[in-house]
Amino acid sequence: MATHAAAQDVHSHPALQHHFENMEQQREAGTLGMWIFLVTEIMFFGGMFLAYALYRTLYPAAFASGSNHLDIKLGAINTGVLILSSFTMAMAVYFTQVGKRRPQVLCLVLTLLLGLTFLGIKAVEYHDKYEDHLIPGNLIPGHAFGPAIQEEGQPLDHHKLHLLPGATVEKVEMFYWIYFAMTGMHALHMVIGAGLLTFLLIFSLRGRFDPEYHSPVEVIGLYWHFVDIVWIFLFPLLYLLGRHFEHG
Amino acid sequence: MSEHIVPVRIYVTIFAVLLIGTALTVAAAFVDFPWRFNTIIALTIATIKATFVVLFFMHVRYSSRLIWVIIAAALFWMAILFAFTFSDYLTRDWISIQR
Repeated sequence: MATHAAAQDVHSHPALQHHFENMEQQREAGTLGMWIFLVTEIMFFGGMFLAYALYRTLYPAAFASGSNHLDIKLGAINTGVLILSSFTMAMAVYFTQVGKRRPQVLCLVLTLLLGLTFLGIKAVEYHDKYEDHLIPGNLIPGHAFGPAIQEEGQPLDHHKLHLLPGATVEKVEMFYWIYFAMTGMHALHMVIGAGLLTFLLIFSLRGRFDPEYHSPVEVIGLYWHFVDIVWIFLFPLLYLLGRHFEHG
Repeated sequence: MSEHIVPVRIYVTIFAVLLIGTALTVAAAFVDFPWRFNTIIALTIATIKATFVVLFFMHVRYSSRLIWVIIAAALFWMAILFAFTFSDYLTRDWISIQR
């Protein structure tokens, strides 16, 4: 009778949905579903990376010129912030798996704060580009794309756009369309990620997760790491592509 | 029955590898390498970093074969997207038709 009750226990976790055999099957189904969603995300961002690659092939000098105007220091700091947040997210999953709630909550809070730090730095960068009239097209009415151009022989002004040989303002504008589309989409994913982390935090404080049931932490972790990976590619492709022309 | 728990030691190692990779990619960007090696080096470092994130932070190293197949399928379709598009754009100069 006692053994029967114990066997019953394994199958009767309160979080187990009726259509799953056991917790392990439920967890694996959740992870699988998240990966299939991430495949659609790979295709989505893939399309934008394709547009980037195509226009960079067509306008190499303009892309290098536009890229050189981006703030490499802020970009690098943001890369570090995001990597650190991925680490704290991975640790949050770990502490959930081993059933340590307090460090788990701490890691989720840290991940959320680091995500918000990233968005804050991004906002500073966007504002700098706004000041230098680098918002493409006429996205902001009355503030059309039209950066001041750095002329040869004039004192170096970091607010002016330095055009490399072969680059034109129109082609640099194309770089900024792609820059804002890609970093904007990435930032939107970060905002959604921050929302998901807030949800995790509330449920975690209520003690909803344990070593047997923690799929939400695991799959939101997968999402967070995916967004980190997108930035790992965006950072060198957008910020670093033309530096060697100016400093080599 | 239960899932594989990745030790903290591995997470810390991956974190260090990612930071070193970031430092390397920034340093390499300021060196003028011949031909297209600046881009090739940057993408190689990014791919290595992404692979570490996928294998360890995302636990794929310890996941079922099914997850591997799904990721491989995504990468394969990405390759089709790039290969077919560039097989058009990069070969347009090969024939001399007035456009």
